[in-house]
Amino acid sequence: MKSAVIVFPGSNREGDMVRALTLAGSDAQKVWHAETDLPKGTDLVVLPGGFSYGDYLRCGAIAGRATVMDAVRAHAARGGLVLGVCNGFQILCEAGLLPGILMRNANLKFICHRQFLRVERNDTAFTKAYVKGQAIDVCVAHGEGNYTADEETLKRLEGEGLVAFRYADAQGHVTQDANRNGSMNSIAGIYSTKLNVLGMMPHPENLVENLVGGTDGRGLFESLVSSFSKAA
Amino acid sequence: MKARVTVTLKNGVLDPQGKAIEGALKSLGVEGIDGVRQGKVFDIELGTADKVQAEAQLKAACEKLLANTVIENYRVEIA
Repeated sequence: MKSAVIVFPGSNREGDMVRALTLAGSDAQKVWHAETDLPKGTDLVVLPGGFSYGDYLRCGAIAGRATVMDAVRAHAARGGLVLGVCNGFQILCEAGLLPGILMRNANLKFICHRQFLRVERNDTAFTKAYVKGQAIDVCVAHGEGNYTADEETLKRLEGEGLVAFRYADAQGHVTQDANRNGSMNSIAGIYSTKLNVLGMMPHPENLVENLVGGTDGRGLFESLVSSFSKAA
Repeated sequence: MKARVTVTLKNGVLDPQGKAIEGALKSLGVEGIDGVRQGKVFDIELGTADKVQAEAQLKAACEKLLANTVIENYRVEIA
């Protein structure tokens, strides 16, 4: 499976993302934001975390309109897989690939800690290595992760099963305490209508090796790679 | 030609920064503040002298980048 990790000025998690993808067996390469095309044969596009363009104007606003994003939009429209993590999720929302927006955390604090997520469904290309309802142990590190959408959008996301992950406790219970950034319905990640675009605030790429304290993030990358080995 | 674009949060959109500023004003003893909403102001220089063209260019700027119309409104004033 070939993946392209897009690098914007101010991205800073592209190295970890390439490492996580490589560990799972993907051929991952970095692609500069000024490119007009994705590398030939790209199966998965990843928008990594960081502070693209210094978070100027709004988080992800300028990166969302970068040259390469037209190619990313076309890739998504063809049904190609796209993953956006943290700033990558903000970019996907600003680029119009996912609905809603990530607002300043409700408590106004930058949050940086280990966080359990409940896997809402395990029948997508991103989550088949997990069990539905499983609590996975990953990390969050953001100041603007407070998922916000209008009532109609929220109803559609819930009705069509497009919520990917929710902030939860270690048992997988979605509690108010676990929702530290104030996201509506404790939303930590959402899918596009066709389930081929996933945006999430937490970092699965942080927890792919025992050396750094856990491997619960690995399942996401292994799911992606396994979807491709079967398809091919 | 000069123009000013003001971008504000739509009614009903939670504004934690505005709330924090409101709290800070209260703690400074500034009286009579019932609410604060934070927005952005852009002062823009335009090459054209044609007001209709300027309005179209500014609308495009707002819709494409300056405002996220999911949560924000914008207002354009041409000097």
